This record gives sequence, C-alpha cells and structure tokens, in this order.
Amino acid sequence: MARDAEAEAGRSGESQLPFETPVVAAGVGAAVALPPDQEIAPSERFRLSELLRDWRWFCGVILLLIILAAIFAPIVAPYSPTEYHPDIIAQGPTRAHPLGTDELGRDILSRIIYGARVSLAVGITAILLGGVVGTLLGIIAGYARGWVDQGITIIVDAILSFPSIILALAIAAVLGRGALNLVIALAFVRIPIYARLARGQAMQVRGMDYVTAAHATGTRSWRVLLLHILPNIFSPLLVQGTLSVSFAILDESVVSFLGVGGVQPPDPEWGGMITAAQSYIFSDPWMMVGPALAIIITVLCLNLLGDALRDRLDPRTVRAGAGRGI
Amino acid sequence: MASYILRRLVFILPVALLVSFIVFMLIHLVPGDPARVLLGEEATPQNVAALRKQLGLDQPLLTQYVLWLGQAVRGNFGQSIQLQQPVLQAILQRAPVTLELGIASLLFSIVIAIPLGVFSATRANSRLDTTVSVTSLLGTAIPGFVLGLGLIVLFAVILRIFPPGGYVPFFEDPAANLRDLILPMITLGTGAVAVNLRQVRNSMIEVLSQDYIRTAWAKGMGKTRVYYLHALRNALLPLLTIVGLQAGAILGGAVIIETIFQWPGLGALAVSSLLSKDYPVIQATVLLSALSYMLVNLLVDVGYGLLDPRISYGKGR
Repeated sequence: MARDAEAEAGRSGESQLPFETPVVAAGVGAAVALPPDQEIAPSERFRLSELLRDWRWFCGVILLLIILAAIFAPIVAPYSPTEYHPDIIAQGPTRAHPLGTDELGRDILSRIIYGARVSLAVGITAILLGGVVGTLLGIIAGYARGWVDQGITIIVDAILSFPSIILALAIAAVLGRGALNLVIALAFVRIPIYARLARGQAMQVRGMDYVTAAHATGTRSWRVLLLHILPNIFSPLLVQGTLSVSFAILDESVVSFLGVGGVQPPDPEWGGMITAAQSYIFSDPWMMVGPALAIIITVLCLNLLGDALRDRLDPRTVRAGAGRGI
Repeated sequence: MASYILRRLVFILPVALLVSFIVFMLIHLVPGDPARVLLGEEATPQNVAALRKQLGLDQPLLTQYVLWLGQAVRGNFGQSIQLQQPVLQAILQRAPVTLELGIASLLFSIVIAIPLGVFSATRANSRLDTTVSVTSLLGTAIPGFVLGLGLIVLFAVILRIFPPGGYVPFFEDPAANLRDLILPMITLGTGAVAVNLRQVRNSMIEVLSQDYIRTAWAKGMGKTRVYYLHALRNALLPLLTIVGLQAGAILGGAVIIETIFQWPGLGALAVSSLLSKDYPVIQATVLLSALSYMLVNLLVDVGYGLLDPRISYGKGR
C-alpha cells in the first residue's frame, strides 16, 4: 500500500510538477498490458470521426505547428533573433513587431520562434535520454528480480528522494552552461519515473505465455527483453513520455530563468527571455508576455495531448469517458 | 505497526546512504579542479592547494566521502565560501522564512482545493465542473516564476495593493509580514491547488457512489452533513499523501518564489550558492531537501496507517 500510494502520487509534490504521476501505478496492481491477440485491431484504433470528437487532439496540431516553426525558424521568423536595433528599444506591440521588441531592440516574436528550438530540443532529448535509461533499468529490474531488482530499486529510490528541480539545478550548476549539460541534468532526474513504470509493467508481462514460449524456444534473455517485453509495455511509457516533456520544458525554463544553467546568453531561450524582461517589469511589463505564453501554451498542449493519449492507449480507462476531455 | 516502521527505517538506510553519496559526488562533477574553478584563473598554486585542503580534495575519494559523511551526520557541513560562516548556521538562520512560506502555501492550497473539489464532485461533468477542471489544468501549466511575475505586475505595479517583494520578520511587524506573504503564498500554492483539487474531486466522486452514502441519503440527512461529515472524511485520505509529498518538496518551489519575491530563505540561499558555486552550501541544501522529502514520506505512510483502520501493515500484508 505504502509503495502504491507513493507511486500513484509520484512526484506530484512539487509545485512545478503537479501532474507528473506515473500513468499506471508501478509495482503491485499495475495495469495489465493486453496480450497481442486481445489488442484493439489497428483499423479501430484511430477512427477519424472519433478523433475529431476529442478536441484535445487539436493540441497535437498546435504542437506540430510549434515544432515546424522551430525547425524552419530561419524561414518563419520575421527578423534575426540576435541582431541589435538601438533605435527600437523596448517597443510595445506594433504591426511590424506583434509581440514588441526587447531591451536591445530585438524582435520578441523571432526570439520566441528561435527559442522554441532550445526548449523543445532540450525537453525532448532529456526525456528520450532519461526515458531510455530509466526504461532499461526498469525492465531489467522487473525481469531479473532478486538482488538486481533490489539494487536498482535502491538507486531509483535514492534519485526519487530529491525534489527533482533541486537536483536538476545542482547538476546543471556544477556541470556549467551549455545545452548538453542541461539535457544531462534534466534526463537524470527523470530516470526514476520510467524505471518504476517499466519495472511494474515488466513484472506483469514476464509471466505471460508468449514470454514463456520465447524462453522455451531458446531465445536469449536480452532478445526477450527487447523484442517481446519492451514492445508490449510501450504504450504507458509513450504516454508518460508525452506528459514528461512538458515537465522537462518547465524545469528547463526554471534553470534558465534562475541563470543557473542553460544556453549562452545571446541565444534566445524562453526562460532566459523572461529573466531579462523581469528587469523591466515596472516600465514594460508586456515584454514577458510573449515568452510566458509560449511556455504556457506548449506545456498545456503537451499535458492535454498526454491525457488524450492515455485515454486512447491505457486499457484501464473506461472508453465511454475517453472522448470527453478533462 | 512498530515492526512496519522498523522495516521502513531499515529500508531507508541504504537509500539515505546512496543519497548522501550522490550529494557528495556533486562536487566531483565539476569539470576540472573545483578549487581552481572557485578561485579563478589568476589564483596562485599555493592558494589553490590551500583551498583543496580546506575542501578535503587532496584525499582519496572514498576517504573524502567517509570524512564528509562523518562530519555531515554531526551537522557540520563546513564553512560557506560566499558567506564566510558555518553552513549549518546559514541554513538555520533562513529556515524559518521558508517554513513560513511553505506552511502558508500548503494551507492556502488546502483551503481552496477542498471546497472547490467537493463542489466539482457534487456537480460532476456539469459546465461548472468543467470550468473548474480547465482552470486547474491551466494552473499546472503556468510556471511558478511566470505566475509570480504576473501577480507582481497585477497587484504591485497596476493595482498597487501589495508590495512587489521583500520580507519583514513576523515578530518585528506582524501586519507587514502578512502583507508580504500574500503574493508568494498564492504563487507557491497555486500549483498545489490544481493537484489537490483534482484529487479531492476524484476521490469524492468515488466515495459518493458507495453504499454508506446511499444509506445516509436514505436516512434523510442534509446535503452538507452527507458531503462534509460522511463523504469528505474518507475522500481526504488520499490527499494526505499528496500534501505530504508537497510539504517534502517545498524547497523545490521555494527556490523560484524566494528569488522572485526577494525572501531571504533556504530557496534563495540555494540559488545564490548555485550561482556562486558555494559547494558546501549546495551540498547541504540538496542533502537537506532530499532527507526532508524522505522523512515526510515516511511520516505520511505511518500517518496513513494510523488514520485509516482498513490499512494494516502487519504480517498478513
């Protein structure tokens, strides 16, 4: 019970990470991954009419637009993100600069578009890295059991004992500035959530007939892990991943906002833009509106998309409630 | 119960040791020589050597760890480099500020979340319920620093009701202290409101469908009595876990809020030590945050068993 409650509550304690609960409780009583023959037929999975009924998928479209804008930033952005224009310093929104200009006369919209590159790239890479390491640790623990499991559990519990933002800040600070260091810091604190999730799932799946069959035909352990167990526990990991990217982006903005780590200053980054705008809070408060909205919209969309994915992919969710939204 | 607590303590020990080792290793993540990083490029080799000795960096790694841990257990985290005072003293001076902020924002989140959660649950799936849910979802998507700065703009710059920041100790001027508290409390508490609200709503919906509630209705009890006396009591148990974790993680939110509102607490200390690479203080605050998180976790589990007679930690588990 104690472990369950803890797993369900997850990291929800942190004010910055409110909804980051593991999608299904790791450990006892975790969701049962359906064996292949019981899975919903692919044709039924994504019927267009049903998709359109759930407005949350629209968030996916917004995210796609943000990602495309980030990739094609040089084409999409109206101005250079780093070029100074002393004659148009700290202008409010105008037709030429819809979100205004900053303290050095740089176009805020262009900086947000370029800043999306950093936030998205760092957020997604951190989750991929933390997700892969955590998942591997988790399935090995759940599959091997015994002292391996105990050892991994202690490591995971130790990392989980830190408020994640504090640990991420500390790692980012000692490693020094740079996008890669930021990714390492954010990935490290995400390891436990995947390890717990994957462990619980792997424990469920390892007793399934098809795993036993794979063993009986002489398949090696690592092949069983990667080819038989991993694909069957992938859905909850994907849902968690989508939700986690938003937390990584939030954490990233905090690290940059506090100036503890992140990209080098002339390069735009959302959290860092807000730090700069903070100095002008009394004279030009609109300066932080743009980057603030960029963070909020991205995080909100990721959360809603994650929720929608969970309703679609988690077999425990009542299907009647799946299309309803919140 | 006693044996359960004992088992938990035995299990916590290796985790706590590993936690302390991670904290200890932080200083060794520094690219290059931490002493040189601290003193800068112009430092003389003698100065670097002296600082290495002061930080204990001239010893083998494992020896360093054992020595550091031995001192840390006794509350000695060394000397702060930026403040020129013992780390423990610096922490104890600032702890009350963070405690005040933490307790106030937890209370704020509970006071808002419980009535709203009950309200939403009793009108589940109505338009009002959806509005509350969407608002709370928005509350989780706004980073603390954005919310804090937004509140400063609204209440300090435009409306001029509250000060934009600062801190007056309660015993110096209670009224000023409370006035300074409002905005930071709302900022830190809002994220928790969203989570707690969702929790209260969902567990209330679950509890309201149970037989004993139907019995209460059948006996002709009034709404308020059924909701608040019968249902809420059981619906609040899961909230305990979450509030417990939130309490353990207060320092995580405090680093941002105290920086924005210029509160001289542990969070601000953590940030300034990170920025000035004051390693002894970094280690102490990170270790403290992890240990308090673990302790609160343990207390919550134990409290759960005491409050809910259905949970037994006995042998038959």
